[in-house]
Amino acid sequence: MTGLEFVFVLIAALTLFSAVMVVTTPNMVRAALWLILALFGVAGTFVLLNAAFLAVVQVVVYIGAIAVLMIFAIMLTRKVMKDSGPQTNSTWGLAALIAAALFGGLTFALTRSPAATLMAPDFSTVSDPVAELGRALVSPQAYVIPFEVASVLLLAAMIGAIYVAWKK
Amino acid sequence: MPLSWYLIFAAALFSIGLYGVLSRRNAVAILMGIELMLNAVNINLVAFWRYSDLASIAGQAFAVVVFAVAAAEVAVGLALVIAVYRRRETVAADEINLMKW
Amino acid sequence: MLTNWLYVGLFIIVALVLPAVTIIVPRFIAPKKPNRIKVDVYECGIETVGEAWVQFKVQYYIFALVFLVFDIETVFLYPWAVAFDKLPLFAVMEGVLFIALLLAGLVYLWRKGVLEWA
Repeated sequence: MTGLEFVFVLIAALTLFSAVMVVTTPNMVRAALWLILALFGVAGTFVLLNAAFLAVVQVVVYIGAIAVLMIFAIMLTRKVMKDSGPQTNSTWGLAALIAAALFGGLTFALTRSPAATLMAPDFSTVSDPVAELGRALVSPQAYVIPFEVASVLLLAAMIGAIYVAWKK
Repeated sequence: MPLSWYLIFAAALFSIGLYGVLSRRNAVAILMGIELMLNAVNINLVAFWRYSDLASIAGQAFAVVVFAVAAAEVAVGLALVIAVYRRRETVAADEINLMKW
Repeated sequence: MLTNWLYVGLFIIVALVLPAVTIIVPRFIAPKKPNRIKVDVYECGIETVGEAWVQFKVQYYIFALVFLVFDIETVFLYPWAVAFDKLPLFAVMEGVLFIALLLAGLVYLWRKGVLEWA
């Protein structure tokens, strides 16, 4: 096992443990804090994949904004579900079965696919992925439609969310 | 390390998120499960970019779009949870069943 | 490339160890003589009212939401700005259109009076 593989296993174990805590902890505020740790682990995975920009974006957007939004929403609604009483519904056993079956099936398929043993190409030949991404996002041959649709989506989400949640 | 390590890691994260979505009663916890699933998708997209043609930036561009969709989804989802809480005094998903058959 | 991130990893380890040490070491060497006033929750010298697990105002959520939307905007505009000097004019205009669309949302919030902390 190389050093890089050791770091990957460490990060993956930390992320998966935090993810399990997110879905099992009864206290919602603690679940949100575990979610932050899991998102941080995913940022670490992006670093290992040489996607430095996405790693920083993961920290800035997910941990800096989405997790904070989650915590505010929990603080706004936690008067009723006082973390007492059942946090899982009656069909949680079936849910666990479905999740385990999905993981088993995916692992079975992935280990047998020819792509599974693929090794990463040399990264030093790539000039600047961020500038490359910037060109691709506004180039008509590439992703300019998703780029503009994203801004319309964000506008609609912002106005819709404010309209629903705002009360003087 | 081979590509399958990342893919199996992402599959495990996706399955844990799916369990959270299907089993939790609190609507905010369900949204947290969805966030975990979207993160698993992003790991897959970036891993495929890294392990295939580095010159085509498709994986990273899709990942950025997934970020935007996740943000829009969580903003509207939590606003709905807050609005429902204001009307019905509950955030338990199995008690919000007015439109259920 | 990745070796540069070793420094970040080192920084995270130091950032975790330092507070852990400052929390754990006093537990062994500090003298313990607790009384009721000493172990009370400290809140700017005022006696605490109720518990810390309280409800927040909806305005906190609205502000976090607006912050989230403009946070995502930077994610799209940063690569655009990095590639800026090699872009043709219409690509620059696409970025301007992106900003203008989100500014329309900001104008909507402003007119609705959401940004005023009442």
